[in-house]
Amino acid sequence: MPDLSGMRFAETHEWVKQDGATATVGISEYAQSQLGDVIYLELPAVGQQLDAGARLGVIESVKAASDLYSPVGGEVTEANAELKDHPEYVNQDPYGKGWIIKLRGVKDNPKLLDQKAYEAFVEGQSH
Amino acid sequence: MVVTAARTPLYEEHVRLGAQMTNFGGWVMPLQYSTIRDEHRAVREAVGLFDLSHMGELRITDGSLAQRVVTRDLSRLKEGRIQYALLCNEQGGIIDDVLVYAMADGSDLLVVNAGNQDGDFEWIRSQANQSPAVLNVGREWALVGVQGPRAVGLVQRLTNSDLGSVKYYAFVEGTVADVPCVISRTGYTGEDGFELFCGHADAVGLWRALLDEGQSEGIRPAGLGARDTLRLEAGMRLYGNDIDADTNPLEAGLDWTLNLDKDFIGRDAIIRAREAGLSRVLVGFKMLDRSIPRHGYHVVSDGELVGTVTSGNVSFTLGYNIGMAYVPPAMAEPGTRLGVDVRGTAAPAEVVPLPFYKRPHPK
Repeated sequence: MPDLSGMRFAETHEWVKQDGATATVGISEYAQSQLGDVIYLELPAVGQQLDAGARLGVIESVKAASDLYSPVGGEVTEANAELKDHPEYVNQDPYGKGWIIKLRGVKDNPKLLDQKAYEAFVEGQSH
Repeated sequence: MVVTAARTPLYEEHVRLGAQMTNFGGWVMPLQYSTIRDEHRAVREAVGLFDLSHMGELRITDGSLAQRVVTRDLSRLKEGRIQYALLCNEQGGIIDDVLVYAMADGSDLLVVNAGNQDGDFEWIRSQANQSPAVLNVGREWALVGVQGPRAVGLVQRLTNSDLGSVKYYAFVEGTVADVPCVISRTGYTGEDGFELFCGHADAVGLWRALLDEGQSEGIRPAGLGARDTLRLEAGMRLYGNDIDADTNPLEAGLDWTLNLDKDFIGRDAIIRAREAGLSRVLVGFKMLDRSIPRHGYHVVSDGELVGTVTSGNVSFTLGYNIGMAYVPPAMAEPGTRLGVDVRGTAAPAEVVPLPFYKRPHPK
């Protein structure tokens, strides 16, 4: 089990972890399991400004195309280039090498859930 | 009213194997057990096991009725052989695509799509002069697919029937793992293999025996997710996506299923459509970038809407993205450039011949 301490989650199933001035964004284990085989991601350009809750891109699995939302506001400093050839990293390691973008100038979002609250939220959704 | 999806006799097996289940055609079916990619690869490279018990089976005992409702000339279909055929309405629209089995007792067994089985049954019954000329036996039968380059060897070890003599689109009655079966050399994956029909009570025993015996050759249970990506690579039409009651067999590229020199329902309308000329035809295309075409996306050319995508996905075997679409006949030639409207951008695509994938021929 990866260390999820310090990670916070949106109800749209993205996670964010802040490390100094940089925040890293990905999707949750639950989200990847619901999507199934990820085959393509459409990601924002470096320098793009995102508001909290704004659409940051699209993730496509064999089953469907879904929108991704930024859990916090900020400026995109990097999109995970590895995912171009290895979109399956999102399935294999959603909290690690399957990260999606990095942001700076982070504007926090008080609506985010900690791990425990997010797990309770997911539990509530699947019933 | 609560409508409950039906369960196949293998439902508990799927749950035990950890399958993600989905509703399909009124049935709760395995979507995937592991990943669609791995299950797809197992079928292309080794062997995959499918529960196809949701498929419907209709037995037609009146030969002249069968001749009237299917597009093929069944008088040429020998006992023990199988043909792919269509059921059409009076307008020439496709009611269903089916396999017809010429059974030893002289009846014809139609294997029909899960979601269509009740509608097909009512349609055929409404065309009958006598009753009972058609029986719905789908809920008595289970169906297990064994598909992939190692499928034939695997099933052969579990049966005394000589499978070498069972040609593609032929069947024998025999036993597999001591279970009485119709052993049919057919499939919906583009690979060699069998589809095994057995009684409901025997389905679990057959399923487990195949999984056990196939372990050494890397057998994997495979769900509807892989079934869809496999059939798309093989260029096989999916009813409800690529063909339906508003498409006729000519535009769907299914001319080869028509015996227009015999009478069948829809024949006259199909001949009229042919004489009038087609306004659209189904083509295969590959994407020239990494975007993924999906059912319902628009096909564009020079900013104009010219067609609609009917199926599309990644091709795990080929390593690029593929789809099928209806386009004007003038744009159907392989090599023609098309655009697929993906979220407002015309993604580049090129018409290619169907099927996308053909299995290597055995030496």
